[in-house]
Amino acid sequence: MRFGIVVFPGTWSDRDCAHAVQLAGAEPVPLWHADRDLKGSDVVVLPGGFAYGDYLRTGAIARFAPVMEAVREHARSGGLVWGICNGFQILCEAGLLPGALLRNSSLQFRCQPTWLRVETTATPFLADCTPGQTLRVPISHGEGRFFADAPTLAQLNDQGRVALRYSEKDGRLSPDANPNGSLQNIAGILNEGGNVLGMMPHPERACEELLGSTDGLQLFNSVIRRLAARAG
Amino acid sequence: MTQVTNGSDPTAPELLELALTQDEYRAAVDQLGRVPNRLELGMLGALWSEHCSYKTSRRLLRQLPAEGPQVVQGPGENAGVVDIGEGLLCCFKIESHNHPSAVEPVQGAATGVGGILRDVFAMGARPVAILDAIRFGDLEDTRQRQRFARVVEGIGWYGNCIGVPTVGGETYFDDAYQHNCLVNAMCVGLARHDQLVRAVASGPGNPVLLVGADTGRDGIHGATFASVQLDQGAEDRRPAVQVGNPFLEKCLLEACLELTGDPDLIGLQDCGAAGLTSSCAEMAHRGGVGIEIAADRVSRREQGMTPYEVMLSESQERMVLVVRGGAEERFRAAFRRWGLHSDVVGRVIEEPLFRTTEAGQEVGSLPLGLLISGFPERHPEASPPARLSRLDLDPLAAIPPWPASDAWLRLLSSPNCGDARWIWRQYDHQVGDDTVFGPGADAALLRLRDRPDGLAMTVDSAHRSAPLAPRRATAIAVAEGMRNLACVGAQPLALTNCLNFGDPDRPEIMWQLEESVAGLAEAARTLGIPVVSGNVSLYNQFDGESIPPTPTLGVVGLVADLDRRVGAGFRRERDLIGLVGPAAAGPHGVELGGSEYQRLAHGTLEGPAPELDLAAEARSAAAVRSAIGQGLLCSAHDCALGGLAVTLAESALLGGLGCRIRTPLEVPGGAPPSFVPGLLFGETQGRYLVSFDPNCRAAVEAVFEQSATPFAVLGAVGGPVIAVEGLAEIDLEAAMQAWAAAIPGRMEPTQAGRS
Repeated sequence: MRFGIVVFPGTWSDRDCAHAVQLAGAEPVPLWHADRDLKGSDVVVLPGGFAYGDYLRTGAIARFAPVMEAVREHARSGGLVWGICNGFQILCEAGLLPGALLRNSSLQFRCQPTWLRVETTATPFLADCTPGQTLRVPISHGEGRFFADAPTLAQLNDQGRVALRYSEKDGRLSPDANPNGSLQNIAGILNEGGNVLGMMPHPERACEELLGSTDGLQLFNSVIRRLAARAG
Repeated sequence: MTQVTNGSDPTAPELLELALTQDEYRAAVDQLGRVPNRLELGMLGALWSEHCSYKTSRRLLRQLPAEGPQVVQGPGENAGVVDIGEGLLCCFKIESHNHPSAVEPVQGAATGVGGILRDVFAMGARPVAILDAIRFGDLEDTRQRQRFARVVEGIGWYGNCIGVPTVGGETYFDDAYQHNCLVNAMCVGLARHDQLVRAVASGPGNPVLLVGADTGRDGIHGATFASVQLDQGAEDRRPAVQVGNPFLEKCLLEACLELTGDPDLIGLQDCGAAGLTSSCAEMAHRGGVGIEIAADRVSRREQGMTPYEVMLSESQERMVLVVRGGAEERFRAAFRRWGLHSDVVGRVIEEPLFRTTEAGQEVGSLPLGLLISGFPERHPEASPPARLSRLDLDPLAAIPPWPASDAWLRLLSSPNCGDARWIWRQYDHQVGDDTVFGPGADAALLRLRDRPDGLAMTVDSAHRSAPLAPRRATAIAVAEGMRNLACVGAQPLALTNCLNFGDPDRPEIMWQLEESVAGLAEAARTLGIPVVSGNVSLYNQFDGESIPPTPTLGVVGLVADLDRRVGAGFRRERDLIGLVGPAAAGPHGVELGGSEYQRLAHGTLEGPAPELDLAAEARSAAAVRSAIGQGLLCSAHDCALGGLAVTLAESALLGGLGCRIRTPLEVPGGAPPSFVPGLLFGETQGRYLVSFDPNCRAAVEAVFEQSATPFAVLGAVGGPVIAVEGLAEIDLEAAMQAWAAAIPGRMEPTQAGRS
C-alpha cells in the first residue's frame, strides 16, 4: 500500500505523515512538487506546512504546482486524496473541495488538542469509525476558519459531506469547542465522491500514546483497510 | 590589482557610528601600519563590536568549564555539541535578539529565531526544538502588552512557518524591562556523527559560495547597534533591524541538510551578525587561511550598493559555504532544486588576509589576525553598588498587606506565576512528532527515535535577587535548570548561556557581570554541567537605566527511560505528597529575600538571596532521578518562583485535583510579621514537590535517606480545595480561574478566563 506524500517547498508535515504511514504498516512515497509522477501511489497526502511560504494566500501558489495536475487526475479517477492542514487549504484553492479557510477568529495561530466528532463513515477515510464518535486530534494553524456561502454549506450538509466537526469530548457542539471560528464547527469536508478529504487537524500527530493520542491512527488504518478490500 | 590606498582619519561621529573608541581605532592603525579606509574600518568596527568579539566579557568567559567526556564541541563554533550516544550528536545554543526586538518586535523576535536555527543547521544538525526566554515590562501598560504580543507573534511566526516546534520557554514581566525587553532564543538540533560540519575554510583556491537571500541594505551595523545602549533615537535605527523570511530559510535548511556528509563540502557558516564580513573572516581564521571576496559578485536586492554595504549587510537567510574546487556547479544545482540562488563570491587564499575586491580592484585588505583577535580587550572597572546594604534588611519584618489565602490567589493570577498557555498555544510545539512534554512542563521532553531514552531541555534565568547578589542568583539558575530536568527524570549533559546585562562601562554593571559569570562557573563546575556555547548581550540600558542582570541558561539532558517519565501535575486522588529538600533555611527558618511575593506585595528587593548548597542540590537531583527511574513517583515539580504554595497549586491545577498538606515548619511563638508568607511563598532552594502511591512510601523514603536528602511526607492529593493546614486554603475552581486568566485576562479582557 503506497501513500504518496507531496513535498512542496515549505511543507513540514511530510516527515510526520511518513512516520504515521509507517506506523500503520504502509509505505510512504515522497512526491516532489515539480514532478507530475505519483509513483504508483494508492493515496496522495497533501501534508501541513506553508507551501511556497504562503505569503500570498494559503495554497494560492501551490495549486499551480505541476504535481497538482496529477493529483487532480488521481482524484477524478476516484483515487484517494487527503489534504491535511495546508493540504486542505491547497485543495480548496485548487477547486477539489469547496469553501475557503480564513484567518482564525482569534487572529492568532493556534496549536492545541481538539475533539472531533465523526459526521459520516461513508468514506474510506472514516469507514473504521462509528458515526458520532469523537477523536482526540490536535490542530496547528493560523488560517483554519472554514467558510463557505450558504448554498454550498447547505449542499455539504445535505450530501453528508461534512466529515468532521470540532466538538466537546462527549460530541456536543459548542462555541468553546470551536478553536478557529469555523462555520458550523466544520473541521473537515469531503468531495462528492467521498474520495477527497480535507481536514485542518493533524491526525499524523495523534498516532502514538507517547505523544498523547492514538485516535489519528484510526484514519490511516481505515484507509489501508478499505484500499486492501478494494484491491482484494 | 591596485593597492589599497591610505584612508583619512575618521571623525568622532564616524567612530561612534561604528561603536569604535579612539583607543581601539589607534590600536587598529598601529597594527595595520596605515590608516584603514572606510570599508576596512567598517569591517573592523563590526568584528570588534562586543557582539562579535566579546572584548569585554572574553576574559570572564574563560573561567567557564567546557570539558566533559560528552563534549564534542565547546564554545567557538556556531553551536555547542554533545554526544548522546549511538552515533547521535546534540547541537544547541542560545542567543539574544534584544535590541532588534525592542525596536521592531515581530521582525526582531522572528529573526532571532531564524538566526539561532541557522547556527544549528550550519553544524549539519536538523533543528528539532526551539525554546524562548522573554522579558517585558508590566502588562498593565498598553505599550508593553503590545510589545509582548508582537514578540510572541514573531517567535511563533518563524518557528511555525519553518516547522520546528517551540517546546518550552520562560516569560517574566517586571517594570525593569520596560525599555529593554529581552528576547533570547535557543535551538536544539540532532546530527549523526558523520554529518557534523565545521565552519572552516581550507584549501587555497577553493571557491566560496553565498546562498540564499539576495543581499540588501537591511541590518547594516546590526552588530554594532546591538553593542550600544538604546536611546530616544532607537526608533530611527529600524533599518538596522533585519526582516525575516522563514520560507526561504526552510528551503535553505533542507538544502543544506541534504549536502551535509558530502565529501566536497569543506565548511558551512551562517551569515549572521556582521554578515559576510564576520562569517568569512571566522571561517578563514579557523582554517588558518585567507579569503578573498568579490563584492560585485554578490547578488543584490538593490542597485548602487557599495562594497561597504555589501560586506556589512545583515540580510537574513544567507549561508556561506566553502567547497572543493570543481564541485561548485554541483552544489549550485542542489540549491536550485530548492529554488535557491547561489553565487561563487570568492575563494580561499593562502595568505591570512581578508581581501575584498570590486570589479577586479582591491578595495580592502586586512590581516585576519587583526580582524578576529586584534582588538584590545576591555577591562572596565568593577565595583559593587552602594545599595548592597539592602541585603542586610530583614524581609520578614514587613507587614503583609494581604491575608495568606488572598496572597496565594494574587500570586497565581499574576502573569509571572500564572498559566502561560496564552503564549505557547500560539507556537506549534508538536511538529516533528517527537514532543512528549511540550511547554508548561518543568522541562520539555523529546523522544529519540528507535531508542528508549529521551532528550530533555529547559531555559532558566537568574533569580530575582540578581541585582544585589548576582553570583548566587546565577548559580541558582544553574541549579534550577538541573532541578527542572530532574523533574522529568533527566540527567544534565551541558548548558548554553546568554548573558543579558546593562552597560559594562558602569562599574556596578561590570561587577554584576563578573559576579554572575563567577557564579555560573562555580555552579557549572560543581554540578558537572559543562558550558558548551553562549552569547553575551550588553548595553541593555535606556536613558541610564539598566536591566537587572539576566543570565539565561539553556540546559539539555537525557532521560534514560521515557516510559518512566513523570509530569508536574498530580495524577491520582489519595497519592501522598512529599517535600524533597530542606524544610527550613536561612537564619529564621524561612526566606523571603528577592521572592516574587516580595515583589508583588511590597515592590521591594531586599534581604539576603536564598541560600544555595550546590552539593546538596546535586544529591537531591540524583535522588529524584533515581526515584523516577525506579518508577516510584507519580509527579515531580521544582519548587521555584512563588515558593512551596505556588508549586503545590501548580501541581494541583495541572492535575485538576485538590490537595491538603501540613506545614513543613511550625510557626514559632513571636514569629516575625512575614513568617507565614515566608513559609508559603519563600523561594528556598533545593526543593521539589513530589507525589507517589501510598504503597511506595517506604521505598521513596529509602531513596532520599540513602542520598542524605531531607524528605517529609506532608499530605495527600484529593478534595475540592488546595490547602496548607492552618495557614491558607483556596478553592480549586477559583484557583484554576485565577491561574488561567493571568495572561489572557490582561491581554484580552473581554475573553478573560476562556481558553
